Amino acid sequence: MTKDLSLKNGAPEEETLEIGTPEKGTLGEALRSQGVSRRSFMKFCATTASMMALPPSMIPSIARALEKARRPSVIWLSFQECTGCTESLTRAHTSTIESLIFDSISLDYHHTLQAAAGHGAEAAREAAMEENYGNYLLVVDGSIPLANAGYSTIAGISNLDMLNEAAKGAAAIIAVGTCATYGGIPHANPNPTGAVSVNEIIKDKPIINVPGCPPIPVVITGVLAHYLTFGSIPELDHIGRPKAFYGQSIHDRCYRRPFYDKGQFAETFDDEGAKKGWCLFKLGCKGPTTYNACATTKWNNGTSFPIESGHPCIGCSEPDFWDGGGFYKALSMPTADLSQTAVYAAAGAAAAGVAIGLMNRSKKNTSNKIHVTTTIEDLKK
Amino acid sequence: MTEIEVLSWARGPGLQIATVIFVAGVVIRIFEILLLGRKANLAEAKGSEMSSGLKTMITRTIPDATTFKRSSVTIVVGYVFHIGMFVTFLFFAPHILFIRDLIGFGWPALPTTVIDAFAVLSIVALLAALVNRLTNKVMRFLTNFEDILTWFLTMLPLLTGYIAFHRVGFTAPSLLAIHLLSVELLLVIFPFTKLMHTFTLFLARWYNGAISGYRGVAS
Repeated sequence: MTKDLSLKNGAPEEETLEIGTPEKGTLGEALRSQGVSRRSFMKFCATTASMMALPPSMIPSIARALEKARRPSVIWLSFQECTGCTESLTRAHTSTIESLIFDSISLDYHHTLQAAAGHGAEAAREAAMEENYGNYLLVVDGSIPLANAGYSTIAGISNLDMLNEAAKGAAAIIAVGTCATYGGIPHANPNPTGAVSVNEIIKDKPIINVPGCPPIPVVITGVLAHYLTFGSIPELDHIGRPKAFYGQSIHDRCYRRPFYDKGQFAETFDDEGAKKGWCLFKLGCKGPTTYNACATTKWNNGTSFPIESGHPCIGCSEPDFWDGGGFYKALSMPTADLSQTAVYAAAGAAAAGVAIGLMNRSKKNTSNKIHVTTTIEDLKK
Repeated sequence: MTEIEVLSWARGPGLQIATVIFVAGVVIRIFEILLLGRKANLAEAKGSEMSSGLKTMITRTIPDATTFKRSSVTIVVGYVFHIGMFVTFLFFAPHILFIRDLIGFGWPALPTTVIDAFAVLSIVALLAALVNRLTNKVMRFLTNFEDILTWFLTMLPLLTGYIAFHRVGFTAPSLLAIHLLSVELLLVIFPFTKLMHTFTLFLARWYNGAISGYRGVAS
């Protein structure tokens, strides 16, 4: 498929860009061997540059850097998670460059994807950590239980110990998914396992948070591409997310936004408003408080995103999204039963009001009773 | 505490605490006023208290010519502020949802551009009211701490709401949380300040009308 693309245009792009045969063991070589054309590679670099709000003049530098980048060793640790993040990242619909970049990294340990099992798998992790000490990328999905180390272990090693050990030699850590970034579902009230996020444990390494339940595949490859190109982590927001992807709210980029502004809302999932594609705010959409790239990048190779399918945003890339008072409760609605509170308060206050009123009256009556009228005679005394 | 946690608190326990103080405070104060009672009027009634009282509750909405001439700025600014505030509060879709959650029914919303205009109008009017209060010698003399406090706490929800809608400065969850907290602050001080006029206004008007009605004179 990708090979055809390059033949269609016929232009010898490699010569025009003056980049020769990629060196052995580099990302460029890996991509070439997978049949990725120069044109589609440059297209990916351009997309990456624009997504990260970099000037077009940076595209050749990105291309050069990516071509020459050594396949980085990646160790992927899965803790209290559901494997949804791995599913999201590996099950790209077609073979895109994003997924090829993902495929091109040297994924030395991922207990769901690797062929090895048991002692062999753990040996691979230890070997990779030793060989690439100080240089490997550590990817973590899932939260870490602190209440009892036994709640989640791999090969008899607690999640906490494994994370601490693996983080020591890591160049940077990418926390993938809302569980690893903010605690996610395990952290939801009442948090029985005492689950915490990666950045609550590791304080001395650069951590990139890529939240979402699951996160968008292109976001992780974008972060990887940025790391490979510049050797540094992208600009992050106040809760550790790459600004390039989490810089804007779903609401501000939503194609249904005009309906919100006009006051046209779907009241139920099957009414006229829903059929006409009106705003889902009243059905509990968390788009206004959620920062993610869904509305622009979309899912399934740019097919759509949840709101496009008629479901409100559940705010999965924000901390504590499970405890936000319900997915179908509008953002402006109180999470507590306020009318009941008001009724009880009013009833109690009415009783108190009557009591205070009666006390005031008796005070008035008493003062009336003890009041002595002063007469002219009294004044003459 | 993350911003989302603050927002959750503001939407849940914070709002509940504020509601309890607001409702209980208002109810107690109204009961207290009503139970004060009035001295029995020994004079013979020359007209109806009720009809005159009810009529005055409405007629006093329009100021008479002399009053208007004397304090036209206060009256105009007061009207613009109150209308702007009521439209913003009652016809912004998220507000209607809040009210519907509370009382079980709602009504159609106005477009956000219209709400935006009314919000700006009420903010400007409130600023004008403060300027008028501080530049007018008599009013400045009468101004005490409570006046400034209530002005400030009334301004806050309008301003934070406006900023939250336009998303300036902070991220959306923080802005929404700040807006909610400012409303909660207003609810908490409400029963203990002159903001009580929201309810006592009609009691006072009825009382004035009723006195005139009893005497058989125009109110």
